[in-house]
Amino acid sequence: MMTNHGNRLTQGQFSYLPDLSDEQITLQIKYALKNGWAVNIEYTDDPHPRNTYWEMFGNPMFDLKDPAGILMEIKECRKTFPNHYIRVTAFDSTHGWEAPRMSYIVNRPEKEPGFRLTREERGGRTQGYTIQSYASDRPEGERY
Amino acid sequence: MSDRQTVSEGKERYQSGVMPYKKMGYWEPDYVPKDTDVIAMFRITPQKGVDPEECAAAVAGESSTATWTVVWTDRLTACELYRAKAYRVDKVPNTGEGTDIEAQYFSYIAYDMDLFEEGSIANLTASIIGNVFGFKAVKALRLEDMRMPVAYLKTYKGPSTGIVVERERLDKFGRPLLGATTKPKLGLSGRNYGRVVYEALKGGLDFVKDDENINSQPFMHWRDRFLYCMEAVNKASAATGEVKGHYLNVTAGTMEEMIERSEFAKELGSVIIMIDLVVGYTAIQSMSNWARNNDMILHLHRAGNSTYSRQKNHGMNFRVICKWMRMAGVDHLHAGTVVGKLEGDPLMIKGFYDTLREGYTPQNLESGLFFDQDWASLNKVMPVASGGIHAGQMHQLIHYLGEDVVLQFGGGTIGHPEGIQQGAIANRVALEVMIQARNEGRDYLKEGPEILANAAKWCSPLKSALDTWKDITFNYDSTDTPDFVPTATVSV
Repeated sequence: MMTNHGNRLTQGQFSYLPDLSDEQITLQIKYALKNGWAVNIEYTDDPHPRNTYWEMFGNPMFDLKDPAGILMEIKECRKTFPNHYIRVTAFDSTHGWEAPRMSYIVNRPEKEPGFRLTREERGGRTQGYTIQSYASDRPEGERY
Repeated sequence: MSDRQTVSEGKERYQSGVMPYKKMGYWEPDYVPKDTDVIAMFRITPQKGVDPEECAAAVAGESSTATWTVVWTDRLTACELYRAKAYRVDKVPNTGEGTDIEAQYFSYIAYDMDLFEEGSIANLTASIIGNVFGFKAVKALRLEDMRMPVAYLKTYKGPSTGIVVERERLDKFGRPLLGATTKPKLGLSGRNYGRVVYEALKGGLDFVKDDENINSQPFMHWRDRFLYCMEAVNKASAATGEVKGHYLNVTAGTMEEMIERSEFAKELGSVIIMIDLVVGYTAIQSMSNWARNNDMILHLHRAGNSTYSRQKNHGMNFRVICKWMRMAGVDHLHAGTVVGKLEGDPLMIKGFYDTLREGYTPQNLESGLFFDQDWASLNKVMPVASGGIHAGQMHQLIHYLGEDVVLQFGGGTIGHPEGIQQGAIANRVALEVMIQARNEGRDYLKEGPEILANAAKWCSPLKSALDTWKDITFNYDSTDTPDFVPTATVSV
């Protein structure tokens, strides 16, 4: 079990808050759409902090401007991957940004075992550190 | 009507002896600055009885080609081009007769780009602030702002990481980053120091920071600090599943030692290092190159700046430092908090933040920006707000500073009555709940205290933080405020 605040993975904008309700998620989607950002849904069962490329649940929804429609996609993703981490990312294509502007978790596994820190003792008192999710010992798709 | 006084007849102009700068070609009221000119705007307080235009011409002269007397060797050069040209002098509003303040003048001076070596802040500053500040004809002198031509900006690499890439590397979007400076800043052993870092990061901060004067003292040598801090960073990263960092201060007595420390930070896997402004412009540019070659975020602590940036009549405005540092290529720069313990008028701070973060900053006299400035796609610098801020001010901080900023709660984390982790939790919860409210379209500035109080009902560390610091504010008058009238009047 994770021993940090909330006993949970704290990536994303809102992991220190109680899980967002669908209504609250919709308000955040509206904010992204108001700014002209494209919303994307991604899922993974390998939440390593440097695992950048979560699987895409379809392409970013460049042309979908209806928050209810996006929420439906989120629900669809949850139904397909109920025990995965799912995050909503909003992409800004404006010159000078061209990068994600929002990212928050909307689904997580019931149990979050956390990460093992492995130390490799090296010379001169230095150590090589490796972080690995306990769950990722098992094959993809069978982790949570 | 022009009052150009330049003597253009060669024989008369180059007669040996002393001649007013105005007559030597340094005052050209008809001059229209070229797009490729560097422009500097100085606030001049002339000595009693000295004509302000002559003062401006003298500053132009001494910051470019002139010396105190006429020299015939000028005639071997394209000297008209190399002479900086004072072209505009405006009386500063609310100074001079009828006020308590001696008359001051905003003086605009244009420099041809050929006066400067490409990509060298040292060369630029040796001209612009090299000699003139001790000049007897002016009683006081302050560099207020500069306009950098795009062609010249393109000779600088700028920040190697910048806000966009820093966020991608850290996997943190849509909210300010959270930091803290380890306290007490001096005296902790490496082992105890790392404890503070671990607790704060595990609690929820993204970064912890060495203070400006933590280098390698008897109580803690630098290698020891680096080793314990990286243990803390990695442990906290495993405990939360987030990328974490600690700004390892590599400031040292020589460039070679700074590089040695940077290499060690890299070997240990740190994502960020820091240096102090006092290392000097050339060292900063060298460190920026090193950071670019080694994928390292470079944090700059503005140690020493207030010795010359705070007083209004002499020195230089901090916005100029912001410009130079964006060109020199740092990724983080301390730029004020508005609500904290250090100097900062809200509008002036906005000018600093815009200078660091925007792609284009239009003239905005209210926030002290005297020129339109195209940043030529130089990366954005992440401003850092540090000094006397706490969770109870979260709504104000987000309102004034926006989301692309590192909010550093040193005392506001470590001083929490229940412990450092709890302090960090309080800050992170306050931050997330306020960003949520902002995005939901609530009037978070007005409702801020209520939003925080509601979150404190389910988050007891936040409740303790709010109770502890509820009445702490630093309401002193700012010394550095903008001087402007809505439409600038020209007194020439």
